Amino acid sequence: MGIPLDLLLEAVLFGILLGGFYAAVSMGLSVSFGLLDVPNVAHPAIMVSGSYCTYFVVGRFGLDPIVAGVALTPLFFLLGMAVYRFYYEVFEKRGGRETGVRGIAFFFGLALIIEVGLILAFGVDQRMVEAPYIGKSLVLVNDIRIPMRTLVAFGAAIVLTVALTLYMSKTFTGRAIKAVAQDEPALRLMGANPVRIKQWAFGIATATSVLAGAMLIIVGPVEPGMDRDYIGRTFAVVVLAGLGSMTGTVAAGLILGISESIVLIHPSLGASWAPAVSFILLLVILGVRPQGLFGR
Amino acid sequence: MNFTRRKVIAGAGAAAVAAALPGRSAFAQAGPVKIGMSMPQTGSLGAGGKAELVAIRMWVDDVNKKGGLLGRKVEFIVYDDQTNPALTPGIYTKLLDVDKVDLLFAPYGTVPTAPIMPLVKQRGLLLMGNFSFQVNHTVKHDMWFNNLPAGDAQSWFEGFFEQGQKAGAKTIAFLAADQEFAQNLANGAKELAKKAGAKTVYDQNYPPTTTDFSSLMRAIRAAQPEMVFVCSYPNDSVAIVRAMNEIGVGSSVKLFGGGMVGLQFTPVMESLGSMLNGIVNYNSYVPGVKYAGIDEFFRRYQQKAAEEKVDPLGFYLPPFGYAMGQMLEQAVNGTKSLDQKKLAQYLHSHTMQTIVGPISYNKDGEWAKSRMLMIQFRGIADKNLEQWRQPGKQVVLYPAQYKTGDVIMPFDKARGK
Repeated sequence: MGIPLDLLLEAVLFGILLGGFYAAVSMGLSVSFGLLDVPNVAHPAIMVSGSYCTYFVVGRFGLDPIVAGVALTPLFFLLGMAVYRFYYEVFEKRGGRETGVRGIAFFFGLALIIEVGLILAFGVDQRMVEAPYIGKSLVLVNDIRIPMRTLVAFGAAIVLTVALTLYMSKTFTGRAIKAVAQDEPALRLMGANPVRIKQWAFGIATATSVLAGAMLIIVGPVEPGMDRDYIGRTFAVVVLAGLGSMTGTVAAGLILGISESIVLIHPSLGASWAPAVSFILLLVILGVRPQGLFGR
Repeated sequence: MNFTRRKVIAGAGAAAVAAALPGRSAFAQAGPVKIGMSMPQTGSLGAGGKAELVAIRMWVDDVNKKGGLLGRKVEFIVYDDQTNPALTPGIYTKLLDVDKVDLLFAPYGTVPTAPIMPLVKQRGLLLMGNFSFQVNHTVKHDMWFNNLPAGDAQSWFEGFFEQGQKAGAKTIAFLAADQEFAQNLANGAKELAKKAGAKTVYDQNYPPTTTDFSSLMRAIRAAQPEMVFVCSYPNDSVAIVRAMNEIGVGSSVKLFGGGMVGLQFTPVMESLGSMLNGIVNYNSYVPGVKYAGIDEFFRRYQQKAAEEKVDPLGFYLPPFGYAMGQMLEQAVNGTKSLDQKKLAQYLHSHTMQTIVGPISYNKDGEWAKSRMLMIQFRGIADKNLEQWRQPGKQVVLYPAQYKTGDVIMPFDKARGK
């Protein structure tokens, strides 16, 4: 049994918007895990804390959620730098084969602390924000309606991706971040301090998380334990993309978003297969291209 | 240990003050009556669970002020099960074997409760159920007393299908979360739809992690149903209501809603505001329904809820949590015993008076008479918490004895479009 063409096209359209959102929430992880090799499983928890901070700022100052997210980036940038410095001093600096495993334990612990902190500060109720575009749609030809909130999240995701890609390729620090990912000793020989570069990059990754958090609370309600839903998704996007590739992250996000959206309406497969299909796709692509879509 | 003179005097003073406290002498020396439970305080049911805990603690305080149970102070022990069914058997084993509790309340909700049913049946324990749905259906434990104002899915949703029949609706779309509670509800609703002669034109289960429902809503619109029946958990309910507003369900739809969990929680209702208009959904209590003592309960609850940052109005679950304690209190006082079998016999054979009205049980341990309300959201404005205290914003369509208005159909008309 097939899907009517108009329904399929709309599902693809919804999938593209959803995919852009998935790319945006994975962007920070693409930098921290993809480029810096830091197993930051707390990334989704940091993002959810970004959603709550956005909720607070929107409620307090009446700002638009995206503007609130942008206003919060310096704070999250500094927090990210502090977290990396702690991680470096306690784990990375000591080296050893267990650094990665200890790092995962550390970031899981951090995620748990963030979750409990959010419960203490905000309670366990769902939190949402209000904005003129939430609950509204853009009506196109043939009565095709696009949810404005996913459109706004998609737009913000594209701007974020372009900005990060330009920063990584056009600025000295951006190129240094890429260099530290490729050959840390060589960078050291050039007179640059890789730890400071990584600290700066982790700050950027964390700052993008608050923007992703702002998009998350625009797309739907948040609750403190929501990060668990996004650990699998964000790591899947980053691995599928090829570690550290910004363009790849967008492509992988779109693949996951479109496949999920089509499976949701497929009469034979059934919506329950949506998460499974995304991960089957991941396995197939990695089987053919172990380095990911855009990995080298 | 370093005992200074100041510390010794302070300790002795505290002991003397404690001994002189008036409440202390009211309790007998046999030790407290321990009541234990797990409660979802985090996870998808955490918001409801924390609000209900406020009410249960209010009952514990009230019963202790009256001298406790059998002259013994009531001690309440609760653990967070994180809405995780894998954790509840371990928690209840700990409550029974380590904490040595005398009486048990079940956690809020079907999913955390289902795994403890074999345990309580095997040990022959009384269990006060807490908004669970059909968890005793196959276990058949005769000491189970579920505090839910509906016995089965059919009594839960009769009100929805009654409205559909009135409008002559002949086709229906089902959208349900792929999870035990929602599936059980949806199956019951499908039976009712069959009885009503409604043809299913769309039937889709969705994974609980679904982020965006736009494509699902578009598929429902394409099916052109006259009724849309949704069984969803809180996060999904919000996403579905938003998607319905954005994508639309089409002019064919007369009724939309049914079994959406979350649309009873104040923060969710407040945030969705006017997007809720026209939806017909179940509820346990809405302003305007009169029970003895409930207004005073809400006055006290709402003060505490503000301090504890939980559901500020608490219409859905908290009064039922308090009532659960009231029923246990009446059974213990009635039998003058903590014997589980005697208490179960008492609960089976008596009608308990509570703040949510009189409650009596059938042989399966469910309410003998269903009292689940089917309401329609009307005239809801955005950003207005106070409106939810007023009768008329959630018009009761069913059951007849609590009815406050007739349904407005079709759905577009009810939404003012």
